[in-house]
Amino acid sequence: MNACDLAIIGAGPAGMAAATEAANAGLSVILLDEQPAPGGQIYRGIETVPEERRKLLGPDYGKGLSIAQAFRASNATYIPEATVWNINPDLSIDYSRNGGSSQISTRHLLIATGAVERPTPMPGWTLPGVTTAGALQILLKAHGGVGDDVVLVGSGPLLYLLAQQMIEAGGPPKAIIETIDRSHYLKAARHLPRALSALSYLRKGMAMMRQIRRAGVPHYTGARDIRIEGAQRAEAVCFSAHGRAHRIETTSVALHQGVVPNQQATRLLGCDHVWSESQRCFIPKLDAFFESSVENVFVAGDGAGIAGANSAEIRGRIVALRVAQKLGDDKGTQIRALQKKLSRDEAIRPFLETLYAPSDEVMVPHDDVLVCRCEEVTAGAIREAVDLGAPGPNQIKSFLRSGMGPCQGRMCGLAVSSIIAERRKENPQSIGYYRLRPPLKPLLLSELAQLEREPTRDEPL
Amino acid sequence: MAMASLQHRTADLLVIGGGIHGCSAALHAAMRGLQVIVFEKDTVARHASGVNAGGVRKLGRHVAEIPLSLHSMSIWRRIADLLDDDCGFQPSPQIKVAETAEELETLRGRVAELNSLGYTHEQILDRQTMRTYLPAVAQHCVGAIASLDDGFAQPYQTTFAFQRKAQQMGVRVLEHTPVERVSRSGEEWKVQAGAQEFTGRFVLNCAGAWGGEIARQIGDHAPVRAYAPMMIVTERLRPFCTAVVGAAGRPLSFKQMPNGTVVIGGGRPGVPEPANNRTHMQMSELRHSAQTAMDIFPVMRGAQIVRSWAGIEGLMPDGIPVIGPAAHAPGAFHAFGFSAHGFQLGPGVGDIMAELIATGSTQAPIKPFSIKRFPQDPTRAQKELS
Repeated sequence: MNACDLAIIGAGPAGMAAATEAANAGLSVILLDEQPAPGGQIYRGIETVPEERRKLLGPDYGKGLSIAQAFRASNATYIPEATVWNINPDLSIDYSRNGGSSQISTRHLLIATGAVERPTPMPGWTLPGVTTAGALQILLKAHGGVGDDVVLVGSGPLLYLLAQQMIEAGGPPKAIIETIDRSHYLKAARHLPRALSALSYLRKGMAMMRQIRRAGVPHYTGARDIRIEGAQRAEAVCFSAHGRAHRIETTSVALHQGVVPNQQATRLLGCDHVWSESQRCFIPKLDAFFESSVENVFVAGDGAGIAGANSAEIRGRIVALRVAQKLGDDKGTQIRALQKKLSRDEAIRPFLETLYAPSDEVMVPHDDVLVCRCEEVTAGAIREAVDLGAPGPNQIKSFLRSGMGPCQGRMCGLAVSSIIAERRKENPQSIGYYRLRPPLKPLLLSELAQLEREPTRDEPL
Repeated sequence: MAMASLQHRTADLLVIGGGIHGCSAALHAAMRGLQVIVFEKDTVARHASGVNAGGVRKLGRHVAEIPLSLHSMSIWRRIADLLDDDCGFQPSPQIKVAETAEELETLRGRVAELNSLGYTHEQILDRQTMRTYLPAVAQHCVGAIASLDDGFAQPYQTTFAFQRKAQQMGVRVLEHTPVERVSRSGEEWKVQAGAQEFTGRFVLNCAGAWGGEIARQIGDHAPVRAYAPMMIVTERLRPFCTAVVGAAGRPLSFKQMPNGTVVIGGGRPGVPEPANNRTHMQMSELRHSAQTAMDIFPVMRGAQIVRSWAGIEGLMPDGIPVIGPAAHAPGAFHAFGFSAHGFQLGPGVGDIMAELIATGSTQAPIKPFSIKRFPQDPTRAQKELS
């Protein structure tokens, strides 16, 4: 099998920009993506969304169109609807498509699988009718509307962006319940001077808040002790704020506590990760060119640490040029220019991260809260196992089955590491994370059975 | 690890390896009144003991292993009383199906051989009887061999329970404490681990795939090789199989857990990296396990794989473990190289090792497992001893 110069997983801004840049530099490029069309989560449906809805979703969304068009025009090979389920140590990639399995080989790999919403374990979060802000936004992008009594709960820019988009679409949320602790404002203010160099982000944020106020959406701040009530499905959100108890009836709750890097692929490859205190999540350890601790494996986009769509695109270009450079092309000047641009774009991050840091209630939930939804493991059960002597996430997994269900640990991984860290009074860095194994996504037995044998691998026996 | 006082660095028995065999031997030795320290380079049950398929199987054992397996089974049946933890142990039949008449004939031969030796725990199931135990088995299967009162358990839960019970009995389990050197000084064994020196009358090598190096330092030779059995687990399926199932003609270990997930193993191995404690999956090899499972249980065709994994196990060239005293060095013992079928033997062999170490002898027929079956180097052993 001939190896390509660069394989990219993910067709969001990072993946598309990297593919375009690398192909234009003369590299052979293959981009694999799960969706039927390019765009990723942020620019989902960008090529096909009706113009009216594109306007409704705002100019930041519309920007994706030119990136997608440039990608389409490039020489990069694009394989849509491909679910990557394994990456081997030699960087060969197994993926399924149309019910069959295939493999490609590459000399360099860019993981551009972006971010996932931080799971938000809290009482009642598993009730039907409770979803995430990200899931609602997908609905909005696909259908233009999301229901009429949605209550948004949590913290983070996406929560306000979604509110704004719902207002634009004519169906504003019933209420916004914000969990930001008052102390965060003071702490975040320290990062304002640097954030001012990214003034456009601040302006956009303020405009968003004004629009939400004007639309008359009830906005609660400093919410604590949040629980979602309901017998068969969500009926109300209860919380306390500034010393008063509240109960808001709703059949539809969208939770959000920011987004975190999707670590599945980098963990599978054994890349080193570091715990980010400011982002409160694990981030792959990367050099200035976004190469990981595993040689020739790069990470760009939000998977390299949350920084948004503009940074994702710049990071993707840096990776493409770096790979070209590794293959003998001098791209030093261009790379340095992009790095400078990136540093300006990222200036807003410390401010946002501090302001929207997830609440402790979510990071280390109370004992009776379900943390692993698939196997129904509570935070209390995890603490008990830690007290018995189970030292880390993998032992907790073996002991309680947390992380063994169909979501493959995506929903509970961060919470389990955080709960163990809290209980053992250690940093999540020393606690670590689940060991990840293939398949990266659930795979039919029949798809595995018909996987072509790799011709290059020596037998161990 | 914090520096331990001199008193805490001395014990009767120093056990190297915190898998099921190390923890079981430590517990049983403590029950006989010995002071025990267990050294584990990672965490307890990190490798084969924590991630195996969990079969508690008498079926299909090497003839020499049968007495040990039967003894172990008697402990499994009261495991909750021993460990204050049920270990997820579930009695269930173990059944190996024949896909052809020739395979069934071979199985008949096996039962006849066992019967002639006085063992009656394995029996032939004709096609109809097999189908009553395995209603979902493929039509082409013609019969089976079975051990009806076997079972399965949760490997990590079990090994963790042995560890905790041992600790309650006073055993000190030192995790993240790799043994750097084992040596003999006068009447005592010295173990250098975690930058400290420990002293004991006896040393027991339960180091699994890493047991060869420990054996070498004791003065013995054993050609153990690292091996990484791979396993698959599916999403939850509607209950269709209560037995643990193998195949006579091709590698397979198959069982549906009480929660509905199906664990498939027994096929070709992944790539072990014993030097850095990692394994790599070989999905191109695992596909054979997937094919076998679908062939024998057609219901598996629509099943989704959720995870796969592998652990590092010690494999001996003749497929049976090393159990017993060291070839030459007094006070040193081995129990390693269980060759991917040591989990069921854990409770029993731990008991036998404790007896052997505490009393100097055992009634258990462990001679076939002596390390002396491999060529030893007497001159080096002599040198080590002097």
